[in-house]
Amino acid sequence: MELYQLTTHEASRRLAAGEFSAVELTEAVLERILAVDNDVKAYLTLTPEEALAQARAADVGASLADARGGQPRGGQPRGLPLQGIPMAIKDVLCTEGIPTTCGSRILENFVPPYDATAVARLKAAGAILLGKTNTDEFTMGSSTENSAFFTTHNPWDLSRVPGGSSGGSAAAIAADECLGALGTDTGGSVRQPAALCGVVGLKPTYGRVSRYGLVAFASSLDQIGVLTKDVTDAALLLGVIAGHDPRDSTSMDVPVPDYTAALTGDVRGVRVGVPKEYFIEGMQPEVEAAVHAAVGQLADLGAEIVEVSLPHTDYALPVYYLIAPAEASANLARYDGVRYGLRVGGGGLIETYKATRGQGFGPEVKRRIMLGAYALSAGYYDAYYLKAQKARTLIKADFDAAFGQVDVIVAPTSPTTAFRIGEKVDDPLQMYLSDVFTLSMNLAGICGLSLPCGFDAGDLPIGLQVMGPAFGEEAVLRVAYAYEQATEWHKRRPLL
Amino acid sequence: MKLSREEVEHIAELARLALSDEELTLYQEQLSAILEHFERLQELDTEAIPPTATVLPLRSVMRADEPRPPLPREDILANAPAAEEGCFKVPAVLE
Repeated sequence: MELYQLTTHEASRRLAAGEFSAVELTEAVLERILAVDNDVKAYLTLTPEEALAQARAADVGASLADARGGQPRGGQPRGLPLQGIPMAIKDVLCTEGIPTTCGSRILENFVPPYDATAVARLKAAGAILLGKTNTDEFTMGSSTENSAFFTTHNPWDLSRVPGGSSGGSAAAIAADECLGALGTDTGGSVRQPAALCGVVGLKPTYGRVSRYGLVAFASSLDQIGVLTKDVTDAALLLGVIAGHDPRDSTSMDVPVPDYTAALTGDVRGVRVGVPKEYFIEGMQPEVEAAVHAAVGQLADLGAEIVEVSLPHTDYALPVYYLIAPAEASANLARYDGVRYGLRVGGGGLIETYKATRGQGFGPEVKRRIMLGAYALSAGYYDAYYLKAQKARTLIKADFDAAFGQVDVIVAPTSPTTAFRIGEKVDDPLQMYLSDVFTLSMNLAGICGLSLPCGFDAGDLPIGLQVMGPAFGEEAVLRVAYAYEQATEWHKRRPLL
Repeated sequence: MKLSREEVEHIAELARLALSDEELTLYQEQLSAILEHFERLQELDTEAIPPTATVLPLRSVMRADEPRPPLPREDILANAPAAEEGCFKVPAVLE
């Protein structure tokens, strides 16, 4: 096995045992990126020199600590949770001194003067940052095809999309181009690409992780999540980035448990809900079959399977695509060519705004700004935006009622496996439908993850979604880990 | 819900987006199709349902008002398309 193939927890153990150095591990991953990223195109920006400097600091810390039998004066202190682990960051999270483009021409030359809290916490935990991964522009998309720079390719089949918007991070994990990655999830942008790339993608509860330094899309829905090679790594990374931050007033002051303690492998007596509304006409039969088989496996492991109903699921798509664009139209008002980003001169100030935004934003971003501005405009606010907010209450109430009966809910993550590049770009509504199983969770603010549960006839991965109530990450991780350990899906790797 | 050309132009104006004729035509078609698909939301009876703006039980979060050093001005201005004498520079607003 090559070093770049290791999970975070395996690499941590072997680094601590002195089997190899952080520099050796980082070099192995950088060489892997050089070998495959011309095909996969997961990264927008690579920072190999910074990564190797961070790796040397991790090694100095470890060796000085050994020599002196204590904590070193130079380098990193020993025993940090992610010491020497090479990781990737989705390019919507601010990184000090490193370009943060959001996949957009309008921020092509933006270099943040500070780190997002989630990034700062990874660094403080000893992680090594390899670079920034591709995303649909401002995270608006389900395939990375809306990136202004290029499309990322699915490592399982390079003619297909990796999903999105965190498609760069998901593909980087699947192609062994990093050991762990950060993504963001506003309507499924961590879980759907995780499903399409055959990796683990965890969306924490709204309020679980600070969003300071995350470039905003839809503020009542956005959440930072992790993409990893297995469930154990997801628990480890969540433990590092979770927790209250005075700089994000929407981060909840709730204690952060040891998430790895939930990885018991035991699901006896756990109540697992299966919502009938998530098995719909038009979904790929192999996806449906794989998810039903996974439910059967959980029953074999001793879980109690309960049929539940989430009756307003059918309304989640319109509710989401009214609320999220409305919030986006407000959040993206800041791109006016004054304080940062592109400026296209056009005479007066108003003309400069219009020219800058008209040229700087891509088609999907403009489409959503238009949709959101319309839903908020005089005469339509009650019929669209307010109506959607009221329906959101009903969707959240569905989950509240279901979690009165069960501990977790399982469902497919995406109705299909990875689709072909170009297949849905001209039909926005078809593209939106690829998020039909993930949107509700963001509207309700709850947590969940996707993990591999099979492959279709074309050898493309299928994702199982495990959902939990607000701050119910431990139940989600417990069920996901037990399923993972009882199956072999997570051990398969694409041939590149 | 069919959007007129005038409505699409009005929204672009509200959103401060300079759009080409082709874009206006495309968005008129696409937004009309999307809104038509969303019409079924109107079948829900939400008369007695309160709106959800946030899922959090938080309201008016306050923190201690302690002075801290801000980011250096030159770091902030380094990203500005145009700056002069420590300020953002914009086209003339008043003639």
